[in-house]
Amino acid sequence: MEPIRTHTGLVYPLNRANVDTDQIIPKQFLKRISRQGFGEFLFYNWRYDEKDQLRPDFSLNKPKYKNASILVAGDNFGCGSSREHAPWALQDFGFKVIIAPSFADIFYNNCTKNGILPVRLTDEEAQQLITNAESKEYKLTVDLELKKVYDSEGFEASFDLPQYQREMLLNGWDEIAVTLTNADKIDQFEEKHVVYPKTITN
Amino acid sequence: MGKAKTVIEKIWDKHVVHQEEGKPDLLYIDLHLVHEVTSPQAFEGLRLKGRTVRQPNRTFATMDHNVPTIHRNVIKDEISKKQMDQLKINCDEFGVPLAGINHQHQGIVHVIGPELGLTQPGKTIVCGDSHTSTHGAFGALAFGIGTSEVEHVLATQTVWQQKPKTLNVKINGKLGVGITAKDLILAIIGKFGVKFGTGYVIEYTGEAIRNLSMEGRMTICNMSIEAGARAGLVSPDETTIEFLRGRKYAPQGEDFEKAAAEWKQLASDEGATYDAMVEMDAEEIEPQVTWGTNPSMCIPISANIPNPENATSESDKNEIKHALEYMALEADQPISSVPIQHVFIGSCTNSRLADLQRAAEIVGDKKVHPDVRAIVVPGSQTVKTQAEEIGLDRIFIDAGFQWRGAGCSMCLAMNGDIVPPGERCASTSNRNFEGRQGAGAQTHLVSPEMAAAAAIEGYFVDVRKMAVPTA
Repeated sequence: MEPIRTHTGLVYPLNRANVDTDQIIPKQFLKRISRQGFGEFLFYNWRYDEKDQLRPDFSLNKPKYKNASILVAGDNFGCGSSREHAPWALQDFGFKVIIAPSFADIFYNNCTKNGILPVRLTDEEAQQLITNAESKEYKLTVDLELKKVYDSEGFEASFDLPQYQREMLLNGWDEIAVTLTNADKIDQFEEKHVVYPKTITN
Repeated sequence: MGKAKTVIEKIWDKHVVHQEEGKPDLLYIDLHLVHEVTSPQAFEGLRLKGRTVRQPNRTFATMDHNVPTIHRNVIKDEISKKQMDQLKINCDEFGVPLAGINHQHQGIVHVIGPELGLTQPGKTIVCGDSHTSTHGAFGALAFGIGTSEVEHVLATQTVWQQKPKTLNVKINGKLGVGITAKDLILAIIGKFGVKFGTGYVIEYTGEAIRNLSMEGRMTICNMSIEAGARAGLVSPDETTIEFLRGRKYAPQGEDFEKAAAEWKQLASDEGATYDAMVEMDAEEIEPQVTWGTNPSMCIPISANIPNPENATSESDKNEIKHALEYMALEADQPISSVPIQHVFIGSCTNSRLADLQRAAEIVGDKKVHPDVRAIVVPGSQTVKTQAEEIGLDRIFIDAGFQWRGAGCSMCLAMNGDIVPPGERCASTSNRNFEGRQGAGAQTHLVSPEMAAAAAIEGYFVDVRKMAVPTA
């Protein structure tokens, strides 16, 4: 995956809590067998009407957010289904950073496996960013090395994430290759670890 | 004697392959369940890097999300068909056992794991599906993963995991007559919210949990993810052991007795401590119905739909307003006055034989209301066969229900079984999210009994007024 160190981009505010992965990418688009091309279906039921036409009144369809790459949302973002199609859709649409007061565990994890940076800020900080981005064209910088978010007008906030996930994101490593450096340990573990059944017949 | 441990810690400690400063633990996975929707990109990843599946015999695949429930082999959607065909190609190429569309063991992945005895106490179990938490009912540590992790587990049989915090959800006392595991888990989420379990693994304890059947425990653990917890489990006991005895992939004969003795040792020790705890009294719980667009938006059947004006915060007020608008409901309206057009009995939450039996008891010789389309979708081919052997299919069909083939069906409406826009469904599934059962569909989560009762009356009724109370 692509490494991410710092990112400066336009902010799109989505002032809703509990945005679930069914909203991020509805099930009818989960049938594809590749990782690409999910962006056009992002937030499908909000962005498109019954006739599959873009709804001009939905905020993300407004021209001012066309090049947004940082999404700021309410609490518990990405809850529900484990579908990795959700981060794939966000990324394909152009989002590189997601900011929220809290994330669902699986979604948070899925982001970090794809080079998307999930940033946890406080409720007040996230609300401040949403207010800023609703009222004007608003840019933010996210620095993963310093674990800071700031703008050019004096806003600054710190965030934290587990060291391992930070390193994976900073370096864009292939996690399986990292794990396989411990292949001997997996071999040793399996030698003494008993699991039933021994074989599964077809 | 060592430190008192929870079942979660005991399982964790037995599966750590590698520990290193600044990293999560590398955890060994005993069983990897696979389905057609979240696996194609993972197999493709292996192919691109020239990697293999490390332990095909600890991996088991089936098709469930896309499967048609009417004519199993008539798959009208070409993209759905391609996804299912791809799973077959991948399983053949990588040597993974597969219960394909016409296999006798095909079914919802979280129904067939336990049914076949693949799910066992003390195992670590993953699947690219958030409802993997279901398997925790057996005292297994089971959680959903994304597709990148599916690929990782296929290649290494391990996953990097931060040791979770533990949360004791203790349910005291006994559930009332006619109150089910589904009512209990909805009431828990209704009381504590959709994210109280985030960052935790839940252990469900207390008298009400101990008294539940395995099917009931599966319903509870299944919806742990709806509370934000990736995994929820119940310490194994005699109920667990008796459920597994004689199952196809459980240990057999002497091996079973030996395993059973070990399983009992897994139960949380007296005096084990948790990072957090919540408690609830079982007696206070009534049959539940969700009114909104997440599972915490639920109320007892006797209650009225909430009024946003009574919300305690501005954001709650907005959420309630938004949900009422989507659901086309009025504030303060009694939930029992809401008419429904569809009933879905099925899903990994409530599609096991015991669920269907209880729904059939409510149906008896009554008829589905003329304004309602009602379908019953058994969780697996095995459930379907067993139900037919005891005549449940006749009860449902005679009443006017459609009796379908096994799959996920209308829980997420990926296979064409959908609720049309603006129509209302009483559903035994797990998510009432916007658009979950179809764009614009309005979902109300209930127990199988409540769904059966709603099918007959055409609106929500207190099932306790219909049931003949058991002595």
